[in-house]
Order: sequence, then C-alpha cells, then structure tokens
Amino acid sequence: MNAMRQPSPGGPGDAKPAAAPAQGKPDSAGAKKGGPSAGNPARPKRSRRSRTASEWQGKAYTLICVAILIVTIFSMVFFVASKGLATFFTNGVSVSEFLTGIKWSPDGEPPSFGALPFITGSFATSILAACIAAPLSFCAAVFMTELMPKFGKRFMQPVIELLAGIPSVVYGFVGLSVVVPFLRSIFPGQGLGIAAGAIVLSIMILPTITSIATDSLSNLPRGLKEGSYALGATRWQTISRSILPAVLPSMLTGVVLGIARAFGEALAVQMVIGNSPHIPRSLFESASTLTSVITLSMGNTVKDTVQNNVLWSLALVLLVMTFVFVGIVRLLERRARR
Amino acid sequence: MNQVMEIDRLNLHYGDFHALKEINLGIPEKTVTAFIGPSGCGKSTFLRTLNRMNDLVPGVQIGGSVKLDGQDIYGADTDVEVLRKRVGMVFQQPNPFPKSIFDNVAYGPRLHGIRDKSRLNDIVERSLRGASLWEEVKDLLGKSALSLSGGQQQRLCIARALAVEPEVLLMDEATSALDPISTLKIEELVRELKKEYTIVMVTHNMHQAARVSDRTVFFLNGELVEAEETEKLFSNPTDARTEDYITGRFG
Ligand SMILES: Nc1ncnc2c1ncn2[C@@H]1O[C@H](COP(=O)(O)OP(=O)(O)OP(=O)(O)O)[C@@H](O)[C@H]1O
Ligand SMILES: [Mg+2]
Repeated sequence: MNAMRQPSPGGPGDAKPAAAPAQGKPDSAGAKKGGPSAGNPARPKRSRRSRTASEWQGKAYTLICVAILIVTIFSMVFFVASKGLATFFTNGVSVSEFLTGIKWSPDGEPPSFGALPFITGSFATSILAACIAAPLSFCAAVFMTELMPKFGKRFMQPVIELLAGIPSVVYGFVGLSVVVPFLRSIFPGQGLGIAAGAIVLSIMILPTITSIATDSLSNLPRGLKEGSYALGATRWQTISRSILPAVLPSMLTGVVLGIARAFGEALAVQMVIGNSPHIPRSLFESASTLTSVITLSMGNTVKDTVQNNVLWSLALVLLVMTFVFVGIVRLLERRARR
Repeated sequence: MNQVMEIDRLNLHYGDFHALKEINLGIPEKTVTAFIGPSGCGKSTFLRTLNRMNDLVPGVQIGGSVKLDGQDIYGADTDVEVLRKRVGMVFQQPNPFPKSIFDNVAYGPRLHGIRDKSRLNDIVERSLRGASLWEEVKDLLGKSALSLSGGQQQRLCIARALAVEPEVLLMDEATSALDPISTLKIEELVRELKKEYTIVMVTHNMHQAARVSDRTVFFLNGELVEAEETEKLFSNPTDARTEDYITGRFG
C-alpha cells in the first residue's frame, strides 16, 4: 500500500517544495504550545507536570482518532457481512447456489440468485485489464527512467499522474463513445462487453502500475546496469535480462494493486459492459460485474427483502476479494524484501 | 614487452570540466598496472575510458586515441559490446545480479550466445576456480548471489568478468569495500591472474600497489605525472610530486 501513496505528489521535484511549508506549520505551532510551560525556569516541577499533561493530551487525541477509524472499519465490515450473510441464513438461499449458479433472476418465479456470471465478469475484466496495462506500464516506466529520463520526468510522469485524477465517469463516457464503437466496427456484436470494460479499466489502472514500476526502476542499484554493460550487454539485453527480473517482484505488487482497483471500479465498467446477467460466450458480448450489478439494482430493491440482501452478499464477495488482494500484496512485499 | 593497450594524447571533458589532460600510456601484456593518486584526480575516469564505460555518462567528450591491439576503440568501426567483452571490469562495490551464483557467472557467456548447458557448466566452474571461489560455493550454485559475503561477492564479480574470457581486466578499487583477509585473497588472485590476463587496477592503498603491481602510474589533477616500474616509482621517483605523494606529504 505504501508504494501506492509514495508516487502521488508529482515527481520528486514537486514533492519537496510542497512538503517544506507543510512541515513548517506543525513545528511552529508546537513551539508556541510548549513555550509558556517549558520556558518558565521558576517552577520546573509544574512545567514537567504540564508537559506530561500535554503528552497525555496528544496521546489521547491520537488514540481517539485511531479508535474512530477502527470502529468505522469494523462496523462497516460487520454491517456488510451481517447483511450479506442474511441472504443465506435468513432468506435461505444456498451458498453454493449463490457462488456457482449461473441464473440471476431475483424477481423471477421462483427467484434464483446465481452470482457466478458477475464473479467471472469481475475477474475477467480486471485480470484482462491488468494483462493489457502491465506491459504498457513497464514500457512506460522503462522509457521514463532509462531511455529519456528528462522528457519522462518533465512530461510523461505528470501526464500519467493526471490519468489517475480523471473521474471514472469520464473514463466510462470516453469508453462508451470511442472504445465501444471501435470494437463494434471490428468484432461481431454490440461492442459492449468484457473487452470494452477491460480496455477502459486498463487505462484507469495504468498510473498505479506505472508509478510503482517507475519507483522500483529508479531505486535499482546503479551497479546493476553497469555490471551488465561491462560484460558486453547491449541496452536491450540489459533491460530484458537484468533490469526486468530485478523489478519483477515489485511490478507484481503493482499489478495486484491494479487488479484490486479494477475489481472495485463500478461506474466506468457499468457504462461499457452491457449489463446482461449472463456468462458471455465471447469478450464482445454483453456481460456484468459484481460492481455493475450492485449499482444498477440497488435503487430498485426494498430494504430487508431477499432482493436487497443478495446485493449485500455481492458486496461481501467484493470485500472478501479486496482482503485477498491486500493479503497477496503483503505477501509479495514480504517476499521481495527477503 | 608487447603493449596490449596504447593510449595516445587522451583528453576527456565532463561538460566544461577537463578531467583528463593529454594522457599518454602503454599497458604491457600480462602485467599488473596500478593507478594511484589523490581522490578526484581522474583514475576511475581514465579506467572507464579503457572499456568505454564513460559512454553511459551524458555530456562526456573524448579526444585522442585508445588502441587495443593496435585498433582504436573509439573508432567508427568498433563494436562497443565486443570491446567490453574483451576488456572486462570489476567495480568498487561488489555488484552481483540478484540471481543465483550460477546465473551470475553464466550471464556474460549467455549474452554472447552460449546456450549449451554442459558448456555453461564448464565455463562457470572454470571461472569460479579462476576467482578462487569454487571450493566455497560449488555446492550452492543455485543460491542467490546476494547471500554471499562481501568478499565472496567481489570474487564472484571477478569470476563473472572472467567468464567472458577478457584480454584485459580493469579493477576499480576492487578491494576498498572489503576486509583485510578478503583483500589479501584478491591480491593473491590478481598475482595469479596476471599469468593469463592483463590487469589494470585503481587503488588508494599504496602498499597494495607496491605488493601486486609491476608498473605504477601516478595521476594528479587529471594529468599523468609518472608511469614507472613499481619498484622504481616507490624507491626512486623521478617527479617531485610523485615523491611528495608516496611519502605522504599530501593527498
Ligand atoms: N559523471 C561525471 N560528471 C561530471 N564530473 C565527473 C563525473 N565523474 C567524475 N567527475 C569528476 O571528474 C574528476 C575525476 O573523477 P574520478 O572519479 O575519475 O576520480 P578518482 O581519481 O577515481 O577519485 P577517487 O579516488 O575518489 O575514486 C572529479 O573531479 C570528478 O568530480
Ligand atoms: Mg574512483
């Protein structure tokens, strides 16, 4: 997770001036606070006591913040879980039917709740998106650090970071008016589907993977490249045989983070995927994801009905998958450090 | 003696900074040549012109000529990759690749198109023996090179350089990051290697230069002050500046 936050404030050049004034403020504020109590030589005892008091205040303050955070997180997990599990325990839908069933008709007679089309849709779009974005990101990162560092730092990096800031509705809109017609003109079908979703998502996760790849490329030990060149390697041999293997572990972290982000993205995907609740037979046929079906259906259900609860079950699947992704990232990071 | 490398009126600029001034030097075959001189005098820079590693630094300008077996390595028809294969290099900091010991040594031969497993095995064993590392690592060839000690890593880097069968081996303060025992091992190794290779080494340790080199070259502020038989240079230097340096009066 660290890696995702690090690159966000522009290039290293941008980060410094931004950080300096930000650091200055709390410092001077702290000095003012400590001033009257610490700066009184006549009564050292009292000053010590008030210092421990302010120490306590600080501790209490941070503790409260942390407590609020933890309570929020846990209550959210609890809320989603209780609602989501109610489908199975209160409404009696079978778990295996939910996870493996392929028929989704919550309002049918009898209703059926097979979520497999959405689960496969989510996995297919996000993994495909990562497969498109990973090589692009690696090439972009190599370009920015190895081939044209000046141009990369000054132009490419801000542009790629800009991509991260574009709202997802814009991505969806562009996808709908550019990607979908393009796919429709080449492949059979409407153009809406997993392929369109994956393409839109791949652009959205490009910044995540690229910034992690760029970071790890610029943190490579200098000797690594020189060692390779000194043995008579060409530039391409050096990139493919010594740089790529060295950054692969952290690239993988970036890819998993990208998949996690793609997995959770709702709006843009929903706009281009077609939203039919079936497992599509091709990448160019209308499909659905967990997120798209939740956003589409949540307005049309009544609280505490099975139709509503089953949406929470879908959300629970999303939540669990997020945990899994975070776990994988942790694992990869620990392995890379060793 | 046969001169493997001949450097003629070499000048090098980093942008506006004149780092090497009119260097003339011959490097005889199968000898150890040591470069000494105060920090920043251009020893590394000069060493790196011998296998064109300076090409990687932006803004470098090089004039004059460096000949390897009579051919100008800065000439238009020189293949830099072939040159670097013929003139190998070991760096100050051990820099093994984050790969297995075997893959480190096999990296160079693989670059130059050797795929055959048994041939690679032979090369790896021969190179590791050449760097007197074989006995220590023969059972851990699959282990990561980063798990070796600093001294072992440096000998692995030497083995890696030997694996492409260079004619000249450049060593830039190859022992400065190592403990005395590893240093002695590498010095011994250098004396051994000069039977087959021409070695050029940069060192800050004048005792080391005296112990292992046949010829010593003294640099000062980008100029070559004196190049002599090691014994002669340390016992009876021609130039007063050399004498000041080796007697510790400055630098
Ligand atoms: N890439 C570079 N760009 C600009 N100047 C450089 C560069 N590399 C070296 N220099 C300058 O060239 C001069 C010689 O550097 P060099 O590294 O060759 O010295 P050295 O003799 O090897 O020193 P040391 O003993 O400390 O390793 C120094 O003044 C250094 O500042
Ligand atoms: Mg140096």
